[in-house]
Amino acid sequence: MSANTPSDLPVVSDRLAKNAMRHASERVIEALLFSAAAVSVLTTIGIVYVLVSESIHFFQNVSIVDFLTDTQWTPLFDDAHFGIMVLVSGTLVSSLVALLVAIPMGTIIAIYLSEFANGKVREVAKPILELLGGIPTIVFGYFALLMVTPLLQKIFPELPGFSLLSAGLVMGIMIVPYIASLSEDAMRAVPMSLREGSYAMGSTRLHTALHVVVPAAFSGLAASYILAISRAVGETMILAVAAGMQPNLTWNPMEPAATITSFIVQVALGDLPHGSIGYQTIFAAGLTLILITLLFNILGQWLRRRFRENY
Amino acid sequence: MQPTSLTTEQIRALIAKGKMKDAIFKGMGIFCLAVALLVIVLLVSDMVAKGSERLTVDFFLNFASRRATQAGILSAWVGSLLVMLVTALAAVPLGVAAGVYLEEYAKRNWLTEIIEINITNLAAVPSIVYGLLALGIFVYTFGFGQSILSAGLTLALLILPIIIVSTREAIRAIPAMIREGSMAVGATRWQTCRYHIIPYAMPGILTGVIIGLARAIGETAPIITIGALTFIAFLPPVPFTEVSPGVSAGLFDWVMSPFTVMPIQIFNWTSRPDPAFEINAAAAGFVLMAMVLTMNAIAIYLRYKMRKNIKW
Amino acid sequence: MQIHDHPTLKAEARNLNFYYGEAKALKGINMPIYDKKVTALIGPSGCGKSTYLRSFNRMHDLYPGNRYEGEIRFYPDNTNLLSPDVDPIEVRMRIGMVFQKPNPFPKSIYENVAYGLRVRGENNKRVLDDKVEHALKGAAIWDEVKDRLSDLASNLSGGQQQRLCIARALATDPELLLFDEPTSALDPIATGAIEELVHELKKRVTILIVTHNMQQAARVSDYTAYMYLGELIEFGKTDEIFIKPQDKRTEDYITGRMG
Repeated sequence: MSANTPSDLPVVSDRLAKNAMRHASERVIEALLFSAAAVSVLTTIGIVYVLVSESIHFFQNVSIVDFLTDTQWTPLFDDAHFGIMVLVSGTLVSSLVALLVAIPMGTIIAIYLSEFANGKVREVAKPILELLGGIPTIVFGYFALLMVTPLLQKIFPELPGFSLLSAGLVMGIMIVPYIASLSEDAMRAVPMSLREGSYAMGSTRLHTALHVVVPAAFSGLAASYILAISRAVGETMILAVAAGMQPNLTWNPMEPAATITSFIVQVALGDLPHGSIGYQTIFAAGLTLILITLLFNILGQWLRRRFRENY
Repeated sequence: MQPTSLTTEQIRALIAKGKMKDAIFKGMGIFCLAVALLVIVLLVSDMVAKGSERLTVDFFLNFASRRATQAGILSAWVGSLLVMLVTALAAVPLGVAAGVYLEEYAKRNWLTEIIEINITNLAAVPSIVYGLLALGIFVYTFGFGQSILSAGLTLALLILPIIIVSTREAIRAIPAMIREGSMAVGATRWQTCRYHIIPYAMPGILTGVIIGLARAIGETAPIITIGALTFIAFLPPVPFTEVSPGVSAGLFDWVMSPFTVMPIQIFNWTSRPDPAFEINAAAAGFVLMAMVLTMNAIAIYLRYKMRKNIKW
Repeated sequence: MQIHDHPTLKAEARNLNFYYGEAKALKGINMPIYDKKVTALIGPSGCGKSTYLRSFNRMHDLYPGNRYEGEIRFYPDNTNLLSPDVDPIEVRMRIGMVFQKPNPFPKSIYENVAYGLRVRGENNKRVLDDKVEHALKGAAIWDEVKDRLSDLASNLSGGQQQRLCIARALATDPELLLFDEPTSALDPIATGAIEELVHELKKRVTILIVTHNMQQAARVSDYTAYMYLGELIEFGKTDEIFIKPQDKRTEDYITGRMG
């Protein structure tokens, strides 16, 4: 550029020439920043790689049919059985209990905060929910085992000291803030003109909320429910503490049972040699967990698309 | 002329019924919020009531012990702090850099799209799966073992999405004129980020970092999964002190040390059959809650301050 | 259509003041609304015409800090719509409204029109079918949608959506229909259709329409009110207002010297 400058022009044009050093350092910085962003992709690749590669070793020793159909789960016994359904049942039952608490409670709170509460109530309620969402799960586990279970035993005297019910209930409370906050965001994004249209028809607050705002925000509500399912299925410590870690093929929430996650914790607490079948088992369990989460996510995405509303 | 098929009385009855339903729903909303508040209050008060007798200076200065009355949380809180240090050192630069890249540099193309979808999906991955990742990669492939380093990096990956998202939100709140103003005086893209974007986004980034660390400090499952021990009666080596006769510890020896953390200590005590340990669990639980809630409260306060102060 | 010299009153604003918090948005408005006539509210942006319109169905009650003073008398029962004893919901059940931007609910075409009927507790399928059809015919959109009543309303074009919103308001047989710049988001053809519809509707219902378009006011209305800075400057028969305005400010506005 400067080479083409006619000699009668002032030399100031040199300063506008592309500075190679400056350009190079900009490129290096951009590359560094990009690699930081790429770490998240590497994490995903790492997760898939670790789970799949260890699971391949696992399935060289255990047939997939047995894995899916066996009704016993005794991977560390001499007479080893690998029926994952035993753990899946515990996971599904506890998640179902949790969602039966979290979805109604979270949705009611979201509707209340978005459509009924005034600014002052919101300003108090939102930090409370955030604090609730910030409580470590181990503390919730303590709460489930030492406070909720004794309380439930007053209502159901036959309830054992460990149960899916009490762990699930507390898990539900733990998930409430996620649903409440995401759903409220979705409902507040619904344009005011829709609400006004409904109020102008002589509609009450609740009628407007249920018949106009909720359908309009359905996509966001569904997203919050999907996240809630992921949280419930993947929750570990509450179950490890309060649901007992006995493998138990059951659909009864009043019983103790291990879940996929609490099994992984139980194995990790022991001393398992790297490369043993026991070591591989937890990766196969982890893969199952991810696949269940994925399945619910796909289902949820499909639902969202099916009921997508535009306003 | 009768405007609607309903009489005034019928309409009024209808409205009264509707308002009744409104009131009932309002009651339900307040009830649900009250349950949430009640859980927090119950939790904290129960832990204080049960654990207060253990909350002495000794409790913080004693190692774990077989006797409940003598057991303390020294190795646990030191472990938690050191793990958090590693987590912060890894997650903050990575998260902020990734956030800056995605907001200021990334072109709209498939690669960016993949990174963005990926970050959203990572936020929904169960934390124990990060533990499995770390067990396979950090502990065995990289050979970091069951160390503070492995744990810190695991939690760093776990909270990375939180930091990236809050960085992006903070940057997005900065008006374009700031960027244009800087570029207009000849600053490069990086200089604009370094001297304008990142400093102005700092309060928002800080809030995200605190929330991320508050989440990390309470995480149990991934750390158990990488094989952290539940019974540790020593501290990681302090740099430059003598660890064995004639050998002094290097500056970074502590990162490779075995460790335990607060949540694991609580888990350990909760799962003991001897009810005397319940008291320890309550006391340690209270300490952990206090740490987490303080961090969250700071974050909430910071966000509140930001909303009040910032005027562009 | 012949304009009577003494038409019946449908409503009447008396010394109406309105405040958004501290800000006074309407200043001492006195104005009649005649039965089965179209009354247009014109004036520059921010003159308070929408605020005035939204007082009739108490929309301001939805937001905190708003305050009315004075009265809006509603006939034939001679109630004050703004009285604290009058339930805004009851007011809205008798007075329909069509908004600036079409705002169909995220429901089917059918359910949109049936909405107000369901709010009134009507769930009889035959009654609903009947009223929905009648309302859609009244809004001149029946032929376009009769084969796709279960489609989402959002799939309709902007002009169709607005006529659907009119049908939604008509379905409950309102005594007064409020239009808040109903064509400002529509193209000229859709606008023409709505104007024609307004003309047709005044046989059945009293209409109050806010418009920023003076030609529109001249085309559709029987009476016109010119507002400026929260005050009613001039009210009269549309022909008179447009041909020989009494007030200088009205004249400036109409002739395009202002606004």
